[in-house]
Amino acid sequence: MNRHLSQRLGFSLLTLIAIITVVPIISVIVYIFLQGSPAISREFLLAVPRSGMREGGIFPAIIGTFYLTIGTAIFSVPLGIAAAIYLSEYAPDNAWTRIIRLAIINLAGIPSVVYGLFGLGLFVLFLKFGTSILAASLTLSIMTLPVIISTSEEALRAVPQSFRTVSVSLGATRWQTIRRIVLPQGLPGILTGVILGLERAAGETAPILFTGAAFFLPRLPGSIFDATMALPYHLFVISTQVPEMPIQIQYGTALVLLIFVLGMNLIATVIRSRARARRQW
Amino acid sequence: MNKLVIENLSLQYADGTESLSNINMDIAKNAITVLFGPAGGGKSTLLRCINRLNDLTDVETMSGRIMMDGEDILNPATDTIALRRKVGMVFARPVVLPMSIRKNLTYGLELAGEKRKSKLEEAVERSLKLAAIWDEVKDRLEEPAIALSGGQQQRICLARSLAQQPEVILLDEPTSGLDPISTGKVEAALQELKKDYTIILVPHSVQQAARTADYAAFFLQGELVEYGNGDELFTNPQEQRTEDYVTGRFG
Amino acid sequence: MDKDLNWREFIITRAIKASGYSAIVFVALIFIFLLREGLPTLGEVDLSTLFSVRWYPIEDYFGILPLITGSLIVTLGAALVAIPFGIGTAVYISEIAPRAVREVLKPLVELLGGLPSVVLGFLGILVLSPWLRTTFDLPTGLTAFTGSLLLAAIAVPTIVSVAEDALDTVPRSYREAAWAIGATHWQTIWRVTLPAARSGVMTGIMLGIGRAIGETMAVMMVTGNAPVMAIRPGSLFEPARTMTATIAAEMGEVASGSVHYHTLFFIGIVLFLISLAVNVAASSVIFRSKKRSERILS
Repeated sequence: MNRHLSQRLGFSLLTLIAIITVVPIISVIVYIFLQGSPAISREFLLAVPRSGMREGGIFPAIIGTFYLTIGTAIFSVPLGIAAAIYLSEYAPDNAWTRIIRLAIINLAGIPSVVYGLFGLGLFVLFLKFGTSILAASLTLSIMTLPVIISTSEEALRAVPQSFRTVSVSLGATRWQTIRRIVLPQGLPGILTGVILGLERAAGETAPILFTGAAFFLPRLPGSIFDATMALPYHLFVISTQVPEMPIQIQYGTALVLLIFVLGMNLIATVIRSRARARRQW
Repeated sequence: MNKLVIENLSLQYADGTESLSNINMDIAKNAITVLFGPAGGGKSTLLRCINRLNDLTDVETMSGRIMMDGEDILNPATDTIALRRKVGMVFARPVVLPMSIRKNLTYGLELAGEKRKSKLEEAVERSLKLAAIWDEVKDRLEEPAIALSGGQQQRICLARSLAQQPEVILLDEPTSGLDPISTGKVEAALQELKKDYTIILVPHSVQQAARTADYAAFFLQGELVEYGNGDELFTNPQEQRTEDYVTGRFG
Repeated sequence: MDKDLNWREFIITRAIKASGYSAIVFVALIFIFLLREGLPTLGEVDLSTLFSVRWYPIEDYFGILPLITGSLIVTLGAALVAIPFGIGTAVYISEIAPRAVREVLKPLVELLGGLPSVVLGFLGILVLSPWLRTTFDLPTGLTAFTGSLLLAAIAVPTIVSVAEDALDTVPRSYREAAWAIGATHWQTIWRVTLPAARSGVMTGIMLGIGRAIGETMAVMMVTGNAPVMAIRPGSLFEPARTMTATIAAEMGEVASGSVHYHTLFFIGIVLFLISLAVNVAASSVIFRSKKRSERILS
């Protein structure tokens, strides 16, 4: 019958669309692994760049990205989780709360390069942190905040209301209930969100362009007021700004960045599925 | 002896569901007082006033007093934390907290700052025995409470509220999800408990109301229709509406 | 209760509340600092120059129209690709895919959302643009369209995940009702499920496109960066220059406080306002549909 034919055609079309969407993702990852893995060596990972970055390794960029991720976590994780607790456990249903939610949605939508401008204006120039790990981490933190807040809030809200009621009926204060019941139960979901947020921060280039990224710095940063090399910016530099750059080093850098990001993604996925299996509600 | 005196209590929720209008009743010590009637009559609302759990919900208006040992517990200055330690509650669905059986029982005491091992141990054993579940769980106290059956979980919940040695126990349809055997165990435990506690029970059926009540109060649409001695109320109700409900003509 | 506990509770509650409000503070701070650094441009550059068609800062031509049209055409191209693929994939995942396939597809699409845009840009330079140049016989592979394809890859995960959530929340009873009156699975999807999830799907599209407008690195790496007016259909296959790429490429080289510096911040204000508009619109769709469902329920 006609309509069954159209159903069959429609389903085939949708399947095709899904395949066209997914196959490039897999090929991108596989391709970078294949092209990049020959570049990976002890020297590549642990040495500083030499000869205008055309030789040597990318150690300072790896460490720089590591520092920036940690720095971002230090600022955004406590603040983000606290904000999520406020929204899930305390916030009344009123106009202020709606404004907070709107602000979070907007923070999530602001272009990353605008965060870069903001970081330049506030942290680098106004607060005189200079182009530094500190300024870049703070900039990335604010960018990461909405991701952490919304995923954490979702995780907290998923904790059954009945636990809270029972806890309060046993004489717990609101904060005791949060500390002893809600937070521990929501923790896996919060962790997943935190890691996914930090994963984004680790891969970002635009916010650190003018706030903390160094074009070439063949040593490790000495303090949080030093600029630093970072993997994503380094990849940008060697693929667009340096002529006659050996292709292998470019792919090798892309691969290391990809492993960094995919590794975090993998950890988040493992935490999530483990928690689901162990959940008592 | 009256443990609680409720005076002119009226309450309305913001969303318009359930309410109470001008409730007056005295609740006796060391007895089981049963609040029964069709759903939405205000029974649970009244329970949640007695431990101020309604503070968590959107209450539109509330007036009147609930005197407990001579003090108005609805007074905003009342220490609700201390109140809730004195008034334990068991809910319709057994809600064990996501932790071990032992931790479930010591939860309230630890919140109150009790750290002495011996005290906690003693409370666990005493309350589990009171709730008639000691023999079933004494060898598996470290296991997650969620692993127990529904009937066992509900008795854990009862034990949990007993661990703090409350003065009043509120039970909101505690056996609604349980099989007849577990229900019998809970009811038997309540008959033991009333020697030392004031028990207010919202039963899940008229039969249970009749079985357990020392005193019974019939609630209909937020109104206290009839209140009196359990045996009399079920055998010889004064109000037509009570009789209709008790004999199964509606509800 | 002892005093100590009271105090701790009080302080913690205050700190949590302050954190909750921090999002408002940050949005305000961002806007204030953009205005502070960007508004001076209005005193330094004639409006007629600012809204002219020539961007050549070295000779004091600060016309931002080419950059705005550049952003628009790249985003438009991205939307044309991302919307059908995003919705198609979302429908496939939520309505058709067997459970096992869905369990693989969802994380894969999320993974795409997590790929750093600089990696996409990198492959855009090395793989995509040479391929486009030879396949379509273009003078250069670094065109607006190349950027559009990468932006589509960035927008698709957002569209898929938001739209898929929306499809997922359509009550099962709707579908069962449609099947009960003899609709095929396919008819149910088009006539019942998709319309019921319409507002969520729209939100996903808007948020996805919002991400595309704001994307910087990938676009900067592959669009050729020529600040020309992109207003002909053919412009899609020529080099272009977006607002984001302009800021990223030039901010590093300007003296702070110069006219050029202020103008780049001014472009930042434009971007901020665009993202504000997109997000307010997207979230008002959410709020509105919620209100409607509440009305129906009450």
